[in-house]
Formats: sequence, structure tokens, C-alpha cells
Amino acid sequence: MSVLLETRDGTARDTGSPPARVRSPYPHWFYLPAAIVYGVLFLIPTFASFYFSLTRWTLFESHFIGLDNFVQFFQEPALVKGFVNTLIYGVVTSGAKVVLGLLLAVLLTSRIVARGYLRSVVFFPVLVSTIGVGLTFTVLMNPEQGLINQTLATVGIEGPGWLTDPSYALLSVALVDVWKGVGLATLIYIAGIVSIPQEYFEAARVDGAGAWANFRHLILPLARPATVTVIILSLIGGLRSFDLIWAMTRGGPGFTSDVIASVIYKQYQAGFYGLSTAGNVVLFVVVTAIVLPLSRFLNRKEVEL
Amino acid sequence: MRLKIALAAFTAAALALSGCSAGSLGSSDDDGSGVTLSFMVDNSDTNSKMAEGLAKEFNAKNPGIVVKVETRPQGTEGDNLVKTRLSTGDMTDVFQYNSGSLMQALAPTKNLVAVDDQPWAGKLDENFKTSVTSEQKLFGAPFGTYNAGAILYNREVYQKNGLRVPTTWDEFMANNAKLKAAGVAPVIQSYGETWTSQLFVLGDFHNVTAAQPDFAEKYTANQAKYATTPAALAGFEHLQEVHAAGYTNKDFASAKLNDAVEQLAKGTGAHYPILSGIISQLLGTFPEEKDTIGLFPIPGDDAAKNGLTVWAPAGAYIPASTTGEKLDAARKFLAFIASPEGCAAQANATVINGPFAVQGCTLPDDVPQVVKDMQTYIDKPGASSLALEFLSPVKGPALEQICVEVGSGIRKAPDGAKLYDEDVKKQAQQLGLPGWS
Repeated sequence: MSVLLETRDGTARDTGSPPARVRSPYPHWFYLPAAIVYGVLFLIPTFASFYFSLTRWTLFESHFIGLDNFVQFFQEPALVKGFVNTLIYGVVTSGAKVVLGLLLAVLLTSRIVARGYLRSVVFFPVLVSTIGVGLTFTVLMNPEQGLINQTLATVGIEGPGWLTDPSYALLSVALVDVWKGVGLATLIYIAGIVSIPQEYFEAARVDGAGAWANFRHLILPLARPATVTVIILSLIGGLRSFDLIWAMTRGGPGFTSDVIASVIYKQYQAGFYGLSTAGNVVLFVVVTAIVLPLSRFLNRKEVEL
Repeated sequence: MRLKIALAAFTAAALALSGCSAGSLGSSDDDGSGVTLSFMVDNSDTNSKMAEGLAKEFNAKNPGIVVKVETRPQGTEGDNLVKTRLSTGDMTDVFQYNSGSLMQALAPTKNLVAVDDQPWAGKLDENFKTSVTSEQKLFGAPFGTYNAGAILYNREVYQKNGLRVPTTWDEFMANNAKLKAAGVAPVIQSYGETWTSQLFVLGDFHNVTAAQPDFAEKYTANQAKYATTPAALAGFEHLQEVHAAGYTNKDFASAKLNDAVEQLAKGTGAHYPILSGIISQLLGTFPEEKDTIGLFPIPGDDAAKNGLTVWAPAGAYIPASTTGEKLDAARKFLAFIASPEGCAAQANATVINGPFAVQGCTLPDDVPQVVKDMQTYIDKPGASSLALEFLSPVKGPALEQICVEVGSGIRKAPDGAKLYDEDVKKQAQQLGLPGWS
């Protein structure tokens, strides 16, 4: 965007100046502060981390060990599990947020009582601290004393150990993640749906379209940009999710709800700095490899429509 | 006027600077003549009370020095904090930390001040000396008491069911069967706090050395493994057997230390494999159970070799960043900690969990039954050994998760042991030990 503005300005004003000046009305050192901040805080650490992932280091010294960290990281038994779990977690939370977010948005853009209030209620969990939500739900999901299982017990159902049963732990956390994050998805969808011009709906009504046809043929395709945003945001969020899982299960019981980020964190905690740096490089590559093509794909479809 | 402003600015800058300098927190409020020592301990109930007790007595005896206690989190979070602050030269003037393998991981020769030359060094118990020595240098004064990794049991429940303290694993399992039939949860586990899961493995070490005396040495040199040494594998197998037989409490997966302690004190559970030190927490809530809770070692195969696995006390260390008059004061404080007066100050501050590591320190007469039981094993020659983490710097960080998996039936014992051997490899490589790369 800035490039566009500059050229337009430059050519309009001083046609007689040498071409180098025409391109930019600002001196180059104007970029310096931003460049320094970007370089020191982002570029240097990124490249340093590529280097340190090839070493075994403490805070004082490092020695180069080649790709050993990566070899070891991929032999880490918790990692394979963590990899699968990360994918499951990312897909489940992202999918649920898309479906629930869209449905809630349709509901909350229709003419219902207390619409403004309901919208803020849906959005409220987004504002609460993740750790707070995690700890609260850990208490609620306690198999013996938790409110959820006690409520289920009154109707005669014996609830599972939500966070202690290896087959439920990850999905329970994903459920809480969806509860906490669906508000943002809803908000994006509401914005998407509201921006659809009313003329379409009027035309559809004239053609005799019902609610389902409205949803299927108007809202769904025209809210596509919103869908793309929600998928990308929640998938990235899901793939690098850590805080909620750490607050609720710490990857447990055992390693059953470990995700890549929690595996990396544990290596760091244990003082295996080189190994955890290597893990972060892997995570970076994996997230890029999934999200970049996905974003290309989704955005291209949008243009073709 | 201008001078005044300049002066004010200068003092402000100086204040700000001194605020950042290593370990001088709170130094602004002494009157100039004295030295203030900051002393960091973990925030467990027992340790923070002991530290406060030590500081109080020491301050009363040494008018020129003020010791101020700071607390830090326990567990891996605390380990991280200590390592980071040491690395950045920002450590408190004196700090408490584990002895044994965890102390070795601090790179003591680089980060800590050696205390060999101190007069009290000769009065320390040998086992403790071993666990705070690195490259032939001694680094810490004993903070707290010996601890045992053993089974705490409810003596009333034992009496009611006519049971005898088991000396072999088979006897233990037979007791468990009777207890289960009587409606008592035989073995309490509290995997809600993962560190508590490790005792069947770590507390079994006396049995391992009894069967193979050179295990620790070979283990450090990458020549002995948990998975391939039957005596060492036994710990994992026990963990699995107890779960498979349904001997654990119903809420083992989510129970926390507090819940477990309550079940033991109330007698709804009979055995709790744990560190003996938690007795002070138990007595904090259930003071009337002082003589109800007893202790026996984790039994092995051979009744004749039955014995206790003990944990050396934590150490109080001086970081290399402490210099000048603070260093002199810190040495004085360590000398106090390692003296009979220091032991008395700790004993007055909280319930004592076990014997001290300083010669000349006596236990008060009213110690809980657990400590009396412990003492009988420690006094008997050959009936106690230091835990592996004091004999070898090799300890993997994931043992607690592995134990939770084996103890909840998610993973089989041999597989768990193999996984732990892998975990340990990373630690050994990070420490740069010979024979592991």
C-alpha cells in the first residue's frame, strides 16, 4: 500500500527531478528506526535460532553438533504423539469454530430479542485470560468433585475422567478452546454477513427463496472471506496452541495430550536448549508448510468466484 | 539550584542502578553500617518456615547482618528460575537448592563459591558431603534434614486388619489383597501432581544397589540401563502391578498430594509411596495423627536386604556473584546453618522430618513416628542407601510422566523403562558426560 501512495505522489509532484528521487519523497534513513527494530527483534533472533538449533548450548557456551538435535527430536517418542495431537487439535478446534461460529453468527444477525446482549455474551470468553479459563475448567472437569460430573450424576450418567482419561484428555481441552475462541469466529462471521448487501436478500425473497436457500446460496458463498479468515486464524492458533493445554493437563496423563509446543517447552524446562531450539525451528517449518499453501488455496478460490 | 537538580538526578540514577545490580534487593533500607543478605528458598511450607527460622535466629545473633528470605516456585519452574538467575549473575546472595544431580546441573565449579576451607566442612555427614561435592570441591551447607523415599502407612489400619510390616514385595502385595477385601484403598497414588508418581521407582534404589552394588557407577558411564537390569526394572513393574491389580485409590488419576495425605490420615487409604518429608504437611492438617502414620522401605525381593532409600538434605549455596563483604556475611550465615544452633533454629521453626546431616545436632524427643521409623533403618548398618540422584548426575526430566503412564496402565513397564533410558541420554549429553555422545 505504501508503495502505491509513494509512486503516485512522486510522479504527480516533481516531474523534473532525477528518477531516483522521484520514487520516494522520504529520505532512506526514515526507514532506519523501523529497520533496526525489525532487525534486532525479529531478523537476528530468527537467524540465530537457526544456528543455535545446530548446537548443544547452555546460556554461556555452545558447541556445534550438526543435525544431531533434529535427529534426536524426531526420535523423541512424545514427539510423534505430539505431532498427531497437534494436527487433531488444530483441525478439531478450527472446524468446530467455523461451524459453530457460522451458526451463531446467522442466529445473532437475525431479528431476535436482546441481540446486542447475546452478541456480547458470546464474545465474553475471548476476553478472559486463557490460564484462568484453563484452571476453572480443570476444577469443573474434575472426575470426582467437578461440577460437570456431579451434574451428570444427578441424571444418572457417570461422566468420564475428562482430563484424566487418556482417550478424552485432548478433546476435552479442545472443547474448552472452542468455547473460549468461538466468540472471535462469530464476530468475524457477523461482520461478513452484515456486509452482504441487502439487495441480494430482497431479490431472493422476490424469487421465493426460503431460509435454507438464503443460507445455502447467499450467506455461505458471500461470507467466504470470513470463512477463510476464521480457518486461517484458528488453524494457526490451534497448531501453536500451548497455554490452554499446559494450564489444563500439562500434556498428561503421561504424554497423551502433548502437542508440539508442549514437547518443546518441556525440553526447554529440562535445560535442553539446543533441542528445544531445534523443536521451534521444526514447528516454524510445519506451521509454514501447512498454512502457506492453505492460505494460497483459499484465497485463489475467492478470486475465481 | 542547578547543582541540587543535578545531585537529585545523580542519586536517582544511582538508586536505579543499585536496584538492578545483582542480589541487592532491599539494600536501600539498612542504615549503612550493616550488610543485607538475600536468601532464596523454595516456597514449600517446611522449607520456607525453616528459612525464616534460620534468618530470625541468625539476625538476632549477628547485629551487623540482616538475612531476608525470598521464595521461589518448586519443581521444574523453580529449576529454570535458579539456572537463569545464576547464568545472568542475578542470583540472591545465598540460595537453597537440591543437592545431588540437580546441583551438578548448575555447573557448580563455575557458578558457586566452594566452601572446603570453612571450619564446619569437617563436621558434615559423609552422605551429604558426597551429594554436594563436584570435582573434589564442596559447595553447600545442609539445609533441612534427610528424607526417605518410602511407603508411609496408617498404623491404625494395619492394627485393625492384623497386618505386619512387609519386608518383601510379595508380603506387601498380600497385605494389599487383605486391605482391598476390607474396603480400604491399599495404595494411594496422586497423579494429579505428577512428581508424586516416581517413588516406586526412585525409592526402590536401595534394592537396586543391594542386588548390584556398582549400578550407579555403571549407569553414569552409560553401561547399565533400567530396561536391561532386572533389579532396576522392578520399580517400573511394581508400579504396573499395583495398578493392574486394582489396588490404587479410585481417584488416583486426578488426586493431588493434599487429597492423598487426607486419605492416608483418615485411613481410607493404607499405603502412600512418597517422600517422608510430606509428613509435616500431613501433621499441619491432622496434628493428632503424629503417631498413627508410620514408615517402611519399599520392599524388594529379599527380606534380608530390606532397607531404606534416603534423600540427602538440600544445600544452601553461595553463588559466584556474591562478593566482598556480602561474601563474608554469606560464609558466616552458612556456618550458622551448619551448626547445632542452626539445626535447633530449623527444628524450632517446623516439624522435623528426619535426621540432620551435621554432627552434634540432636533430634527433639517429640518427633513423629515416621522419623522414629526412619532412624531405625539409618542407624542399622547397611539398611539404607542414598537415592540414585545423589550418586549420579544422570536423571531424566520425563520420569514423572513415564511413571504416570506405567502407573495408569497406558504404557507397559519394560517399555516405560526403555523410554526412561532414552530420556536420560539427553541429560547426560547436555552435561557432556563421557561415554554418552
